[in-house]
Amino acid sequence: MQRIGVFVCHCGTNIAATVDVSKVAEAAKHEPGVVYAVDYTFMCSEAGQNLIAQAIKDYGLTAIVVCSCSPRMHEATFRKVAEENGVNPYMVEIANIREQCSWVHKNMDEGTPKAITLMKTAVAKVNLDAPLQEGEAPVTKRALVIGGGIAGIQTALDIADCGYKVDIVEKEQTIGGRMAQLDKTFPTLDCSSCILTPRMTEVAQHPNIRLFTYSEVQEVSGFVGNFDVKILKKSRSVREKDCTGCGVCMTKCPSKKIPNEFNRGLNFRTAINIPFAQAIPNVPVIDKEHCIHFKTGKCGICAKVCPSHAVDYEIQDEVIEEKYGAIVVATGFDQIDLHKFGELGYGVSKDVISSLEYERIMSATGPTGGHIVRPSDGKEPKDIVFIQCVGSRCEPDDRRGKTYCSKICCMYTAKQSIMTCDHIPGAKCHVFYIDVRTPGKMFDEFYRRAVEQYGVDYIKGNVGKVTPLPNGKLRVHGVDLLDQKEVELDTDMVVLAGAIEPNPSIRPLATKLTLSIDNNNFLNEAHAKLHPVEAATAGVFMAGTVQGPKDIPETVAQAGAAAVKAVALLAKDKLKTNPCVAQPDELYCNGCSVCANVCPYGAITYIEKEVRDHGVRETRRLAQVNPSLCKGCGACTVACPSGAMNLKGFTNRQIMAEVDSVCQ
Amino acid sequence: MTPDEMKVRDYILKIYDGDVTKCMHCGKCSASCPAYGEMDIKPHQFPSYVAHGEIAALMDSKTIWECLGCSACVERCPRGVKPGKLIDGVRQAVIRQRGGSHLYPEQIPAMVDPETPQQLLVSVLRRERK
Amino acid sequence: MSVIERTASPEAMLEKDTLAYLGPAEAKKSEGEFVPKIVAFCCNWCSYAGADSAGNARASYPTNIKIIRVPCSGRVNPLFILRAFEKGADGVIICGCHPGDCHYTTGNYYTRRRMALLISMLDYIGVDKGRVEVDWVSASEGARFAEIMNKFADKIRTLGRNVRLEDIRCRN
Repeated sequence: MQRIGVFVCHCGTNIAATVDVSKVAEAAKHEPGVVYAVDYTFMCSEAGQNLIAQAIKDYGLTAIVVCSCSPRMHEATFRKVAEENGVNPYMVEIANIREQCSWVHKNMDEGTPKAITLMKTAVAKVNLDAPLQEGEAPVTKRALVIGGGIAGIQTALDIADCGYKVDIVEKEQTIGGRMAQLDKTFPTLDCSSCILTPRMTEVAQHPNIRLFTYSEVQEVSGFVGNFDVKILKKSRSVREKDCTGCGVCMTKCPSKKIPNEFNRGLNFRTAINIPFAQAIPNVPVIDKEHCIHFKTGKCGICAKVCPSHAVDYEIQDEVIEEKYGAIVVATGFDQIDLHKFGELGYGVSKDVISSLEYERIMSATGPTGGHIVRPSDGKEPKDIVFIQCVGSRCEPDDRRGKTYCSKICCMYTAKQSIMTCDHIPGAKCHVFYIDVRTPGKMFDEFYRRAVEQYGVDYIKGNVGKVTPLPNGKLRVHGVDLLDQKEVELDTDMVVLAGAIEPNPSIRPLATKLTLSIDNNNFLNEAHAKLHPVEAATAGVFMAGTVQGPKDIPETVAQAGAAAVKAVALLAKDKLKTNPCVAQPDELYCNGCSVCANVCPYGAITYIEKEVRDHGVRETRRLAQVNPSLCKGCGACTVACPSGAMNLKGFTNRQIMAEVDSVCQ
Repeated sequence: MTPDEMKVRDYILKIYDGDVTKCMHCGKCSASCPAYGEMDIKPHQFPSYVAHGEIAALMDSKTIWECLGCSACVERCPRGVKPGKLIDGVRQAVIRQRGGSHLYPEQIPAMVDPETPQQLLVSVLRRERK
Repeated sequence: MSVIERTASPEAMLEKDTLAYLGPAEAKKSEGEFVPKIVAFCCNWCSYAGADSAGNARASYPTNIKIIRVPCSGRVNPLFILRAFEKGADGVIICGCHPGDCHYTTGNYYTRRRMALLISMLDYIGVDKGRVEVDWVSASEGARFAEIMNKFADKIRTLGRNVRLEDIRCRN
């Protein structure tokens, strides 16, 4: 018989306000095996932990039930207390009387009986708990960073500087990501590429970093400390080690009318192309979809003109297999498709552009060499309208937009209006806003500067319609909600601050890594407050806008945090493995292979073993579980036709006991 | 709010069938409204007037008779507030208080010219009889 | 702080007193008003976290729903459900990750097929098949979790007491 201690937490008033905690503790003493029951204000506090430690000593406890918050919150804390005081950590059960009781029920009459039932259920389970031993698994001392934007770059550099090997996988042909497309950064007006390119070079030259550009993660298996990853390295048709990046091929390529993705389709590129001068690696890729050689078998000019004979049409895609200890996901964001906003003229007039397209127009490496001109006629605009919150802050059922605030638009709009006034003397900027949100260091000062020094005209109100006029201007029709009057502006250019969304590539990647994503495709953290860079899957971390909208400094800070978490994992020689794994009963197993067929991890194998059954000696085919591969999902336990398979920590008897207790 | 006003408000909200608290005061409805200039209380003000219980002011306003019922505001509202339906609700409340509760098909030929498309008449009847 | 130490033998303490600690909600049950017993199996990674999110958002659902944590919805043996009915449960709901989002890649697909089979067999033996439900709740869908629970509780209330499978020897 177990000697069980029941500890009921008040959690301040979080639990105590709707659950009579002393009654729960009192009821506990009637439960089989319970020798001690107590309630206390904060069980997770040091004093609370000492209380548990003392009780273990005084009453010789062999098992512990803590009635408190969700096990996802403090199970680890209480297991540690148990372990430190000589009780097996897996002899601890948590009754969730906060998230699933006191917070969802309104008064003591409702909360207390339910809390008592939950306590009884936990006691019923702990009565059948068995001490479990954690196994050990080695850690592969190499990290994988998925995404080569500023988040991925910073994470990789931080991990590499700690002395660990890092691989970066980037699906585009160069690292740099969105930050490489920006002109200046707010609120300091630093040149974006001037601060980014040194970091990119550092990545390329770092002895601990390997770069896989134009590559994608194809398959992930394994577990924390030991991930097996297959990386698809797509063929560039150019040998990286021979190419000098001279760019002669680009000037001679006859296929010149392909929309340039790096410049958001504002100009054209050739079929063999390097997106921008500072690209890392500075090696072109042949776009097979548009290359004349790949379409017709003719041409071949680039191969002929290449001075270092680096072009090779025969290079095939390659699959690289590597083991990693930790994975950081940093796949970043994209801007939503604005074609759905027909009333604002996007896709109707060439002079209505997205804010990211405007960044390219302002950038010195952009299609216009940094001269702000109208895409339609190449004339310099004298009057520009910025429209904010396009597709942000919409209701959940809205078919066009996102529910969240994209966070960065207020600031980059202020920046773009300031930069416009700097580029074009005498230019007039108007900003239609709903709210100006500027929480951040020097952010509000920056916005005030736009208004006070540059005379940017901020108008509270959304725009109803943008109509192209025959004279080439755009008529913007809106209202000024503060003055209660109609506003009609004839302007030269309209810039839409479209919402940002996670890069679409996260969806299939999340499935491969079994990550949990929210309704907007942002990654879910293991805990929103306490584990902000850890994914729910152990060994996977996140950095940057894949987690939620954020600006560059926040992204860099988060990248550092993710790097430290990854390094903390890599620094360990051995990892403790989850002991809650499947276990077959030799006497029941008939070797039918059903369990092996449902196992997603290939953890079940079969052995021939001699067994004695009712005095008869015979050789049988028996299932065997590899505890370092088994993750404890329990699929095999249900599939087994003879009931031979069980899951430690969640045994059939335990769950039955819980069911009985709940139904009492 | 007097009990009578509360009754009227409930009646309006029943016809409206939406949620005024969803409004974030962006003004897209007013900016999209072709009759904005003629209105005294603007479309974007309707949700907060209803929320604050200023029903009498709404019922006396010119707006409810100027609204063309084009539903541009309903279509474009990013929060799904449907200001047009709210204006509709107030107009219905006023009409029914005056006793002329419905528009009957036999009254229509006298009111419109033969050029009016059939589809418009059908949709107006559907909308106004709610 | 109140400390209760055990003095009498466990057997002696077991039977009595328990009713004294039951609040009015449970007392109502003994008076005859039908409060269904509902068991919810929630997978550790999505639905159990979703139930926690419901708590964080203070989205309420009836007290008669009690959650049992399992590592994966694929761990739920149909026998557990039959056991619940035997013990007097009026409804059982199984919640897992959305299809494609299973933490263990494929567990919820097995659940889906298994439970479809179980539900059709319940129909065969005359238990209303509405008493077992399978739904998907992700970790961020707290409001949805509460909504599903409220709907299910309402449904079970209209279905009434489950007597078809109940083992009367298990009745209190």
